[in-house]
Amino acid sequence: MIAKRELIRRLQEELLPLQGFRPPTAGARVDMGLGPVAAAFPRGEFPAGAVHELISASPEDWAATGGFVAALLAPLMRDGGVGIWIGTRRTVFPPALKRFGVDPDKIVFVDLAREKDAIWAMEEALKCEGLAAVVGEIRDLDFTASRKLQLAVEKSRVTGFLVRHQPRNLGTVAAVARWRVGLLASEPEGEMPGVGFPRWKVELLKVRNGRPGEWIAEWNNETGFKITDHEQTICLPLLPASQNRLVGYSQAGAAG
Amino acid sequence: MVIRKPELRGKPVVLSAKDHNRVVITAASPEAEKEGLFPGMVVADSRALLPELVVMEDKAGREMRLLRGLGEWCIRFAPVTAVDGADGVGGSGGAERPDGLILDVSGCPHLWGGEEPYLKQILKRLRAIGYHVQGAMADTMLAAWAVARYGKGYPIIAANGQAAALGPLPCQALRIEAATTERLQQLGLARIDQFISMPRGALRRRFGAQLLHRLDQALGHAEESLEPICPVEAFTERLPCLEPIQTRTGIEIALQRLLNQLCERLQQEGKGLRTAVFKGYRVDGKMESIEISTTRATHQANHLFALFEIRLATIEPALGIELFILEAPKVEDAAPAQTTLWSGSAGLEDNGLAALLDRLTGKFGAGVIHRYLPEERYWPERSFRESTDLRETPSTSWPTDRPRPIQLLPHPEPIQVTAPIPDYPPMLFRYKGVLHKTAKADGPERIEREWWTDAGPHRDYYTVEDESGGRYWLFRSGHYRDDHSPQWFIHGFFA
Repeated sequence: MIAKRELIRRLQEELLPLQGFRPPTAGARVDMGLGPVAAAFPRGEFPAGAVHELISASPEDWAATGGFVAALLAPLMRDGGVGIWIGTRRTVFPPALKRFGVDPDKIVFVDLAREKDAIWAMEEALKCEGLAAVVGEIRDLDFTASRKLQLAVEKSRVTGFLVRHQPRNLGTVAAVARWRVGLLASEPEGEMPGVGFPRWKVELLKVRNGRPGEWIAEWNNETGFKITDHEQTICLPLLPASQNRLVGYSQAGAAG
Repeated sequence: MVIRKPELRGKPVVLSAKDHNRVVITAASPEAEKEGLFPGMVVADSRALLPELVVMEDKAGREMRLLRGLGEWCIRFAPVTAVDGADGVGGSGGAERPDGLILDVSGCPHLWGGEEPYLKQILKRLRAIGYHVQGAMADTMLAAWAVARYGKGYPIIAANGQAAALGPLPCQALRIEAATTERLQQLGLARIDQFISMPRGALRRRFGAQLLHRLDQALGHAEESLEPICPVEAFTERLPCLEPIQTRTGIEIALQRLLNQLCERLQQEGKGLRTAVFKGYRVDGKMESIEISTTRATHQANHLFALFEIRLATIEPALGIELFILEAPKVEDAAPAQTTLWSGSAGLEDNGLAALLDRLTGKFGAGVIHRYLPEERYWPERSFRESTDLRETPSTSWPTDRPRPIQLLPHPEPIQVTAPIPDYPPMLFRYKGVLHKTAKADGPERIEREWWTDAGPHRDYYTVEDESGGRYWLFRSGHYRDDHSPQWFIHGFFA
């Protein structure tokens, strides 16, 4: 029995690199400051050098997602790295990024007219090894397009964020994780009146070979994330129910 | 000057420049000189003499540029041309303005049928353009210089005839210092033949070595040097084809070949191109062209090829293209370190990033790429400015002391509110048909309009959190007044 479990564990380890989770090279490890959230991922670390998908429905959640992405960009761009922000209807206010620890002048914004162009631009950007991160505000994309993004990332090790506001279809996308970030009412600081620090409900809806979950994250622009577990954390077995499908998919990926 | 502006023809024109705190004439047209104006005169005085005088501002280096241009043009007559006085040719000393061209015509005149038709042809062409020119030809540069400026007779001096030709000229014709000229004139030696045969020792003792040196130069005993004008060769490559090219593969091969040639040249000269035009001349006489531009000077042929490749489909070969031309109209110095850094990462200096941005501008046109730098202004829409240069660094830091929303609406949108007066945030507001009840609020933060750029009411901004946790940036436009209440707007969403 133990031998079988050991065998499964070894097989999982072997499968991870095929699915885009490659162990980071020495010195390239980035601490995202995500604390308990990182434990949801295989090997217990946030997969940089992969494509993350974030979805939002309302304009309020859109703002929360923007803040969360900016907070994730900050550690990736810490050593003078450059980020690219691609979109078709960009509303992000550059000076506000500084509150999330990102230097707005280190971000190159690319504003395109069509979604199709944005996908192309994002793929090109993800191929560029000199970048720290790429944010693409893309509403809808098909599996093939997302697979191309994933392939680009596997080669270049750039972190990609696919920010999807009000997506029309939520089909499978070749991303390492699907997040949903929603707004929560801020908590007053002691007796101080007024609006407190940004507080979000961070949901990890899908994560390849990890444990989806739900957390409450508070962002303080001096100390960073404060993450607490949400009351009803969903606990799933280590292996997803559809193990066979995952293995089959990885073979298909290797063959294609 | 008069050639550029034909309406000035026949009028007295002077160029003026500031000298300490006076404005003096630096050059005068022949019409002005006829009226008694001369360079060095104060403009105010000359205006008094000649009220209709046209005064134009002189720019430093104007003559030099003009003469260089003419010099380049004159290369059609002689392979070696130089601007007289460019580097103190002949070492005349003093702040002499360049005022002539020197052509080394050895071996050229016979192509124009002899020396006389040759000189005549040059002068005729220049005069036809509208310049007032004098020319002379001699064995030595100084002799030609002297005869062209002071000579009255035949301008072509026979071989070894300098001494005879210089004889009747005034002593200034030797390009000697003003003090020496004055001393010569005081002694009655106004003409060169009066002292040319004097013992050298006596001349040296009385007038210094320069006079002797000049005499030697004029007679061909001492050497003179000149700095020839080297015209800048345009970065252009051409590829004629024996058979008209119709296929994309053919065009790609042509482009690749031209790029390799051009990039090799650019690399040797330490330059990189910023814009390039690829032209194809079709058999039916039409011309197809595509243009690319780069964010940074580069001579990487494969990168440039990738940029052209995006646009290559727009070329219509029709019956075929028989001549390809690749031009680089804008060329800048490129750091030679660029090639070694190609795979490195250096933030905004990264080569991969530059290549990526070039590809994006190549495909979608300029104007899709934006980078922002902070601006010390409070009005939210103007608190940052766009930077076109990737190397530009912010001059001030990004402010974080005031709340600013992560998503800012392109334009503030009006909302309906219920707000207590005078200075309270709204209790309720309705945006896009949804009613939001305020749970927490911060503010107001008053932001005044920049009155020197636009007029209008100020804005009082509030950070408002509704009961479901949404955080909004609202503002009231202007003051409450008796007759009307101000409009409220929503301007952004906080994270």
